[in-house]
Amino acid sequence: MPDPTPTPAANASSSTPHAATVEFDHVTKTYDPRAAKAGAPGAVNDLSLSIPAGRICVLVGPSGCGKTTSLKMVNRLIEPTKGRILLDGVDVATRDVTELRRGIGYVIQQTGLFPHQTIEDNVATVPRLLGWPKARQKERAQELLGVVGLDPSRYARRYPAQLSGGERQRVGVARALAADPPVMLMDEPFGAVDPIVRERLQNEFLRLQEQLAKTILFVTHDIDEAIKLGDVVAVFRDGGIVEQFAPPAEILAAPASEFVARFVGADRGLKRLSLTRVNDVELGHAPTARAGDGAADARERTRRNELPYLLLLDAEDRPIGWVDEARLPAEGQLGDRLVSATSPLLDRRTTLKDALSMLLDADVQIGVVVDRRGAYRGIITVEQIAGFTRETAREAQVRADAATG
Amino acid sequence: MIDWGWVVDHLDDLAGRTIQHLGFAVAALAIGFAIAFALSLWSLRQRRVYAPIIGFTGILYTIPSLALFAAMVPITGLSVLTAIIPLVLYTLLILVRNIVAGFDAVPADVEEAANGMGYTRRARLRAVELPLALPLIVAGVRVASVSTIGLVTITGALGDRFGGLGFFIFEGYRRSFPTEILFGAIPAMVLAVAVDLALVAVQGRLTPWTRAEVQPGMSSLDPVTADDVAPKAA
Repeated sequence: MPDPTPTPAANASSSTPHAATVEFDHVTKTYDPRAAKAGAPGAVNDLSLSIPAGRICVLVGPSGCGKTTSLKMVNRLIEPTKGRILLDGVDVATRDVTELRRGIGYVIQQTGLFPHQTIEDNVATVPRLLGWPKARQKERAQELLGVVGLDPSRYARRYPAQLSGGERQRVGVARALAADPPVMLMDEPFGAVDPIVRERLQNEFLRLQEQLAKTILFVTHDIDEAIKLGDVVAVFRDGGIVEQFAPPAEILAAPASEFVARFVGADRGLKRLSLTRVNDVELGHAPTARAGDGAADARERTRRNELPYLLLLDAEDRPIGWVDEARLPAEGQLGDRLVSATSPLLDRRTTLKDALSMLLDADVQIGVVVDRRGAYRGIITVEQIAGFTRETAREAQVRADAATG
Repeated sequence: MIDWGWVVDHLDDLAGRTIQHLGFAVAALAIGFAIAFALSLWSLRQRRVYAPIIGFTGILYTIPSLALFAAMVPITGLSVLTAIIPLVLYTLLILVRNIVAGFDAVPADVEEAANGMGYTRRARLRAVELPLALPLIVAGVRVASVSTIGLVTITGALGDRFGGLGFFIFEGYRRSFPTEILFGAIPAMVLAVAVDLALVAVQGRLTPWTRAEVQPGMSSLDPVTADDVAPKAA
């Protein structure tokens, strides 16, 4: 949620959450056939989207589908043929284009860093254009380098050519954030780095967004990236038509069309699992007992439970392992040596996809969910995961039907 | 072989002619650069004028210099312009080609980012495109200056008031006096080399980023190593 106290843009040296709504109102961009042949970007056809403040909206689709065109119409690098784009309710066409652009963060795939300026000067670009005092420009640049994980004392005086692709991309993000814009446009920002670096940048980006809560329009052709990063996702088809505009879970569970289903891929079931965490599922419970507890009572409780195993815990409730019902003694105390099998320990933040993968590999296909201290919280089984996905798919379908009907 | 006596007697003359030589060259280069820069900006904004401009300056470039100087005399008489105008015309082809190439070499993503961040056209030209075009522009100025310094000697054909160090070459030829020819030609060559080296030094000062040393493990070909370091700095 954005901070309710308004922050004057001129006083935005701290990163007070400050975001704007973005609305596409029947926006169309057409190119004459000659321009289209000469490699004009994709056309856009009657686009209407409403992006709430402080959210990440991912525009995803095949190349030439108009997603980049849509993005560039927000900061008027491209002017729409028809329709309006509103930032916080104000039509961008009515605003001075230079002032508009200085108030919108812009990150592109090739970074567009100025090769002739130091990293610090690159980051301070918009503050410099806005005429901030020199000292404040410098201070802001240093602060932002820290925010994106680049030590200012090491990086500030370097030139872009002296940085790796991933580092340059971080500088690009820092530069876009410099004047604390309420809206950020990001055009395949992580498209040119290798998969390992991309994954790391994505994670940092999400962590950053948790603090900054900007309104972000993010263009990618990678559906996995869209699902991972988007609060909402707009799936574009050739010709600049939005096939579906919904949260990622809904797109995966209930694709609005054949095109969306094909675009998200045959493995969309698995992709949905990667969106859900163990935390989101109602956990089951196994019979448990602590080492040293009386065996008779434990055996009785295990008999009454449909699960033919008892989960043995230590004194801090941390799981030790499974005891087969048949091996539970009628009397005496429970001890470690009774344990015949273990199963994977799952953190509550483990995704269902990882959980499933671990379960399929384990001796006992029951995941034991533990809290941060490692204490037992519950169990999760393959059946539960399957049941959860069925249930949520049905709910999503109902929601999607309600939205279109 | 060399008449050192003549040299010692004419040191003042040599200095004066060197200054004249340099003056002609610098004036021609400055005026030529201003015209070429304007023509280049015009070409960059309206691409279709580029080919005619290059065609026209190319034809100028092929005119034999002696003929062009002679052709100026009926128009401008024996004024300084008679020497300067042809010298200026000969710089245009090289300078326009290099200035346009310099601006064309500015990476498209840099231009797009500059536009997207709200640079005005003028600010973008001054603060982004010009610095990035500088290496190729300076390269053009270097070639033009060497050729101009050579051509200044030809203006000696217009009379004793012209020619810079070329005056000695023409006079030495007339008098069949090799020492004088040598002391016209060698200082002219030294001048050309000195100006070239000075321009290299100026470019180095103006484009520090081209000299920035790429650190091991920091090259763009090695992103993972560099990134492995970065999070620890957070």
